[in-house]
Amino acid sequence: MSAAGAAGMVLQVAATAAGAPLVVGGMRQVRARLEGRAGAGWAQPWRDLRKQLGKQRIDPAGTTVVFAAAPFLLAGTSLLIAAIVPAVTTASPLDPVGDLFAVVGLLLVGTVALTLAGIDTGTAFGGMGASREVTIAALVEPTVLVAGFALSVPVHSSNLGEIVAATVGDPGRVASPAAMLAFAALAVVVVAETGRLPVDNPATHLELTMVHEAMILEYTGPRLALIEWAAAVRLTVLLALLANLFVPWGVADAGSGTVGLLVGLLAVAGKVLVFAVVLAGVEVFLAKLRLFRVPELLAGSFLLGLLAVTTSYFLAAPG
Amino acid sequence: MSGPVLAAVLAAVTVLACLAVLAAPSRALPSVAGAGAGVVGAVGVVYGVAAISGGLAPVSVGWLVPLAGLRLAADATSGLFMVVTGAVGVVVGIYTAGYAAHGHMGRTPLSVLPLFLACMLGVPLADSVTTFLFLWELMALSSLLLVLAEARRREVRDAGVWCAAMTHLGFVAVLVGLVVFAAAAGAEGFPELSASAASLSPATRSAVFLLTVAGFGSKAGLVPLHAWLPRAHPEAPGPVSALMSAAMVNLGIYGILRVDVTLLGPGPRWWGLALLAAGAVTAVYGVLQAAVATDLKRLLAYSTSENMGLICVALGTAMLLTASGIPAVAAVAMTAALVHLVGHAAFKSLGFLAAGAVAAATGLRDLDAFGGLAPRMPTTTAAFGIAALGASGLPLGCGFVGEWLLLQSLVHALPAGGTMVALVMPLTVGVVALTTGLGTAAMVKAFGVGFLARPRSAEAERASEVGRAMAVGMGLAALACGVLAVAPAVLAPALSRVLPELPAGAGTPQPRLGALLRLPGVGGSMSPALLALGVAAGVLLAFGATQWRARRRPAPRTAELWACGGGALTARMQYTATSFAEPLQRVFDGVLRPDVELAVTHYSQAPYLVAKVTYRSRLRDTVETSLYTPVIRAVAAAARIARRAHMGSIHAYLAYGAAGLIVALLVAR
Amino acid sequence: MGLFAAIRRVGRIAEPAPPRPESSAAPTLVRGSLQLRHVDAGSCNGCEIELGGCFSPVYDAERYGARLVASPRHADGLLVTGVVTRNMAQALRDTVEATPQPRVVIAVGDCARNCGEFAGGYGVLGPVSDVVAVDAEVPGCQPTPTEIIHVLRQVTGR
Repeated sequence: MSAAGAAGMVLQVAATAAGAPLVVGGMRQVRARLEGRAGAGWAQPWRDLRKQLGKQRIDPAGTTVVFAAAPFLLAGTSLLIAAIVPAVTTASPLDPVGDLFAVVGLLLVGTVALTLAGIDTGTAFGGMGASREVTIAALVEPTVLVAGFALSVPVHSSNLGEIVAATVGDPGRVASPAAMLAFAALAVVVVAETGRLPVDNPATHLELTMVHEAMILEYTGPRLALIEWAAAVRLTVLLALLANLFVPWGVADAGSGTVGLLVGLLAVAGKVLVFAVVLAGVEVFLAKLRLFRVPELLAGSFLLGLLAVTTSYFLAAPG
Repeated sequence: MSGPVLAAVLAAVTVLACLAVLAAPSRALPSVAGAGAGVVGAVGVVYGVAAISGGLAPVSVGWLVPLAGLRLAADATSGLFMVVTGAVGVVVGIYTAGYAAHGHMGRTPLSVLPLFLACMLGVPLADSVTTFLFLWELMALSSLLLVLAEARRREVRDAGVWCAAMTHLGFVAVLVGLVVFAAAAGAEGFPELSASAASLSPATRSAVFLLTVAGFGSKAGLVPLHAWLPRAHPEAPGPVSALMSAAMVNLGIYGILRVDVTLLGPGPRWWGLALLAAGAVTAVYGVLQAAVATDLKRLLAYSTSENMGLICVALGTAMLLTASGIPAVAAVAMTAALVHLVGHAAFKSLGFLAAGAVAAATGLRDLDAFGGLAPRMPTTTAAFGIAALGASGLPLGCGFVGEWLLLQSLVHALPAGGTMVALVMPLTVGVVALTTGLGTAAMVKAFGVGFLARPRSAEAERASEVGRAMAVGMGLAALACGVLAVAPAVLAPALSRVLPELPAGAGTPQPRLGALLRLPGVGGSMSPALLALGVAAGVLLAFGATQWRARRRPAPRTAELWACGGGALTARMQYTATSFAEPLQRVFDGVLRPDVELAVTHYSQAPYLVAKVTYRSRLRDTVETSLYTPVIRAVAAAARIARRAHMGSIHAYLAYGAAGLIVALLVAR
Repeated sequence: MGLFAAIRRVGRIAEPAPPRPESSAAPTLVRGSLQLRHVDAGSCNGCEIELGGCFSPVYDAERYGARLVASPRHADGLLVTGVVTRNMAQALRDTVEATPQPRVVIAVGDCARNCGEFAGGYGVLGPVSDVVAVDAEVPGCQPTPTEIIHVLRQVTGR
């Protein structure tokens, strides 16, 4: 464990925790501008969180400890993922603790916690949202693992830090067809996992079209703040991961000094900003898909992932 | 202690336990039965540990089994399976002491319980074909008796018929396979078979492989031979379901491991591929049926089928990689199979025990009628939650390590394995991933819809927590789940002795299951314990974050659920298990093929007004309806034709006898 | 690319923000961020059309920190429109009860303030203030988006 790695890990957790709401605010601002509005400003999610933290907590009658604990588990897993992934540095001391498969599993743990909370309320919308969320999560899983497979094969490791470090050392890999197919597959995964258009509409007020929102209709005050913050962290971390897997330059490593870490921080912040702006811009042109068309989208991305693996094999060993 | 002593102790304890149950006064029956099964299980654990430590002499008793005598030998592989079976036996024994007090099991099934357990402990000990088949059949018969414990119910009798028929078809396949093997090798002891396996013709070896895999696969619930499993396991009483699903299915895997992997193997590449394909189909099919099942025990049974499929995927991968000359990764795959097997035994026994506890408290198995059990049965709910976490293969659960190892072996097989491996491995990763995803959906449904929310029936409303014995049994199993989830290192000593005995693990560096899981030759690592710690730290941080501005908050209060202003919500407005699984059922419509009836009745006076809408959707096991029904129909038709010969006339029967004798003589000459 | 061209052609259509009004006596905890749940207690839907206008690109109430949400649990404020009819009285009380403290109730339109046109109707229970405590009012039949936003800005302080 290097000191630079540990410092980088602390830095990236702190930066994600503080910056994630700003990413969401920025995306809303992009959308507002493209719609001709002025927008609430990129710091609005922080104002919302600050206010929610000062509000009263309401315990819906008949809910159990699952409902009370779910936001903390969701936030806890999100923070752990933020510590593991190579955002600022590839040398996080937690990198050997959890590889790609573990990170995917942790994401799923957070999702499951929230779905159970949705069911626990015993409302029709809670169950509906949970059922939809879990269906989408189940169908995303093959894509994300196969795309991860494609990325880890050339590196002989599924640890994210090593994958990113290897890509820094061999930039030609990014331009390979396998990497591009894997990128497309993972982009769809990020959209589905974070409940963005066209899989889910984060701004909807109509219960019957909700997925993520339907599960959290009963949450108030601090717990609601935690859930919204954790959702923002997940989005930010996944965007940072996607960015560094395919555009890894600037990321710090075990030998980096203070300057290297700051460069890493600025680089990842810039990359996440670009990805977020592009994602928000694309969303303006999309409508939400019908729930039963979502599997088609995910099957398509699974096929991309599969093609990525086979291409990587056949291009690596011709004949 | 030496081998003969341990074997004698096991036999003596079993006989004593059976007799004690038969003789016990009615009042003490539950405790005596529980203690009997528990002691047999404990002896099994001791025997297994001794076997893993090594140095047990083989046992040979010439007069016991007709023709060939009883031959027992214990190596570390046998020991591992015995420890697992014995541990499940101990837990089930304690639990039975409480369960039987509810009057769900009569004296006969309770007296068979120790025998069943002893047979399952004996199968891994068998060292010759005859002994193996004898114990295997004894195990099958005793399990059948246990399934029929509540034979007054029609479904139980149906399940018994399926169980008997399928088990014996499987037995015939194993019998023929092993007899062909023994005949070709000219000996029937396992050591002799192993020595002469390489000299057999490839055709014979492949025939033996296919027959035995089919036979053992039917025990492990591999598709399409799984049909009996989701019928028989749910209909058995709770403790018996746990024993069958957590211990007996393992012996199907043991059969494949012993006969096909160790004695016959290493075989050609297509063996591994065949096993992998069978496992993959089973895993996806099983988990899909589990995801849409509404009967809790049926859901768990399908999940058993799914997990056995995953273990077969791992075994098939290990065989394929051994045959392709990648032993280091093959050892990872083999480790994955064994770790997952142990993990599955832990979470599945816990799951069935919790389901049995709910059944004992409410008489219910239908998830649609559950709900609201968490405040009424907190211990059982927590137990099922731990089991469900394990079964969904998520981090923090005890199924994760096995699946992680399996994925690692699949990923790292690719670069060296040739075109076939390159095409198969990504698809297999997809299959494992889909299995995890759907398994999570199934377990969220079982736990969430079943135990959380509000009661949807009067029985669930009246539920109360089970007694201490059952709680202790579940607690022990939950403890095992917890230990396996965060510290798989406890398995390391056993695995380090088992792996060198198997072709996949011999002579290669082994995966290191320390605090950090490190694999030889591949750069992947993971630490379940540190992940758990990390999550705990994250939760604490999150809790600390919510303390910001906490003092300015108005005091928390409890309020009724938000019903959109429409008055109180009733329990009927909740999502049930059926509605929860409906999106998945729609997505996999083509595989599940539900019978959906939609009838819309209009008013006769006003055809545009709807008077009544009836919707009925029923799910059957597709493989069963499309594969078994025609076979059963054909057998029945053949039987009808054959019945014409049974005219009831003595003269005719004498003529048949004479004709048969003449044909036999002609053939023999 | 038709949509892309339209975005470029239209540009920003939100009107310039009028000067910030004096703050009201609403709770300071919701400054800068006000999530609103709308309750139609018996309105003619005139006010709803104006509320829709508030959140349109032209008036863009979101730039002052106001946002519509789906659940009263998430809300800080209730926008109540119309007279309170007998059938909606309990629903209105339930909704206020479901909203966590601190909260504001804003009566939008003359009907909500004093029953307006519908005063004395057989189904009418009374103005909003007869049923729940009201913190702010928007006069007018129907009030224009500018007038509604004026009150919202008094609450959010932006």
